[in-house]
Amino acid sequence: MVAFIVRRMWQALLVIIVMSMLVFYGVFVIGNPIDVLISPDATQEIRQQIITQYGLDLPIWQQYLHFMNALIHGDLGRSFVYNMPVVELIASRFPATMELATMAILLASAIGIPLGIYAGYRPNGWPSKAIMAASILGFSVPTFWIGLMMIMVFAVELGVLPAGGRGEAVSIFGIPWSFPTATGLQHLILPAANLSLFKMSMMIRLAASGTREIMLTDTIKFARAAGIDEFTILRRHVLRLISIPLVTVFGLELGSTIAFAVVTETIFSWPGLGKLIIDSITSLDRPVMIAYLMMVSLLFITINLAVDLAYAVLDPRMRQGDGK
Amino acid sequence: MTESAIKPRSPGGFWTEFCQHPVAVAAACVVIAVTLLAIFAPLIAPQNPYDLAGLALRDARRPPGFVGIGGYTHILGTDSQGRDLFSAILYGLRISLQMGLLAGAVAFSIGALVGSAAAYIGGRVEAFVMRLVDLQLSFPAILLAFVVAALLGQGKFQLIIALTFSQYAYFVRTAHGAASAECNKDYVEAALSIPMSGWFVVTRHILPNTLPPLIVVATVQVASAISLEATLSFLGVGLPPTEPSLGMLISGGFQYLLSGRYWISIYPGIALIVLVMAINIVGDQVREQLNPRLKK
Repeated sequence: MVAFIVRRMWQALLVIIVMSMLVFYGVFVIGNPIDVLISPDATQEIRQQIITQYGLDLPIWQQYLHFMNALIHGDLGRSFVYNMPVVELIASRFPATMELATMAILLASAIGIPLGIYAGYRPNGWPSKAIMAASILGFSVPTFWIGLMMIMVFAVELGVLPAGGRGEAVSIFGIPWSFPTATGLQHLILPAANLSLFKMSMMIRLAASGTREIMLTDTIKFARAAGIDEFTILRRHVLRLISIPLVTVFGLELGSTIAFAVVTETIFSWPGLGKLIIDSITSLDRPVMIAYLMMVSLLFITINLAVDLAYAVLDPRMRQGDGK
Repeated sequence: MTESAIKPRSPGGFWTEFCQHPVAVAAACVVIAVTLLAIFAPLIAPQNPYDLAGLALRDARRPPGFVGIGGYTHILGTDSQGRDLFSAILYGLRISLQMGLLAGAVAFSIGALVGSAAAYIGGRVEAFVMRLVDLQLSFPAILLAFVVAALLGQGKFQLIIALTFSQYAYFVRTAHGAASAECNKDYVEAALSIPMSGWFVVTRHILPNTLPPLIVVATVQVASAISLEATLSFLGVGLPPTEPSLGMLISGGFQYLLSGRYWISIYPGIALIVLVMAINIVGDQVREQLNPRLKK
């Protein structure tokens, strides 16, 4: 078990380093940040001074080493556009995205898993067919279009919910959260629902196909023969067995929800990380792009690691042996 | 591996079973109909939406049913540049389908070859390739496509690279799963002992046997490529505005949505959903029929 954890950590570290190189190089080839930084009528001296100040005249590997050195000391540089440290900029936007993503995942699991188990338990009834059809709909309809429809129905036609923005936020431990206030919650409903639909369909389908396969196994036949009632079978056996793929998805989805939030945040003008990265790409704000991509990769690697470890706890087969 | 357990049965039996599901048959008909509409768009559409001379700004943002300067009825209204929305949707479908199919085909070829080659070669190469694929699969496709598209800039070619890059890993994994099951079979050993070259065995014997599961993945991936393309274009990192795909049309109508001009965004969206959904339903049915674990 310990060897397994150590090996996975080592792999994760290696991946992070490779990722940072790829991201750094990828972002380096896009556009020339000098044109963004310096106005065309600046004198040659000022131009030269700024280039040296940001270290843009050095070869790329040296820039990378400087970047990594600063990174280890917790410094990701300053945004070219906002002229503030990137760490602060990201930290100021992070709670909004986190709040949105958490809400979306909770919605998706709370609704998706029970519906999915039901659909897998009675696959031939009409409610199950309806659930499965709805999940195909949720998969097929692009998130951004559902967002538009939600705005049209709830904000334009009915006028009951706001079309965008974040609403009032209260500070808890110095971090602004909007879900405790009434306007904050109102602003949160539409984007969170929008973001959760895709995950919900995924949870439904995973839970349904898992349940369906497990219901055909001998485990269930014997449990039934032993006289265990159906609800207990579902809770004790089915839910436990399908929890393995669900935990993976749950973990991975938290990361992908943050990534998907790019779309939802754009539509609902939610002031989170997604809007920040879109803006930084259009304005070629390199430090912000690199920092965002690094943060997302780090997040995914951590999540993968956590999922692997959770597997080891949930599935005894993985605990023995070398885990792979 | 689920994929490795998938076996093709006789093609006749496959179609008979497929035809017993009316929803799937209807979806298949929709896919065919939409494809035909897209192919013959220039013959069906009342207007060429790319011909700027044929557009009149006077006709912009008119509701469905408006009779414009061209003398014909805009049955779905017009967009912000006075384009007939019905024609624009037909041409948009063309671009969306083209992008989805091209990206799907490239990802399919790369994935099938890399996956079965990795399974055949085995050892460290296999471990390395599959580790890489696992890693990539842990990142959401939309994020990869978004980053690559943003790095490469707008354009059809760039978009196909971005879509392929975000999707090939699914094909590699599926092909690898199916191929590693095949590699252990006697006929592969027999073929190698004749001796046939490794390349020949992979391309002629192993690859064809990995096709059924790959086709299932392909239907789903083409649908998701189409919807991914729309999303990227909506975010402004996809296709250039000169050739509007469905995503561009929807994005163009977004700003008019709040003032009640719903049709500019809604109708292209419906076209997109009908297409993507029909492909997904067909794919779902095919998967259902090819999965022996559900046949008991």
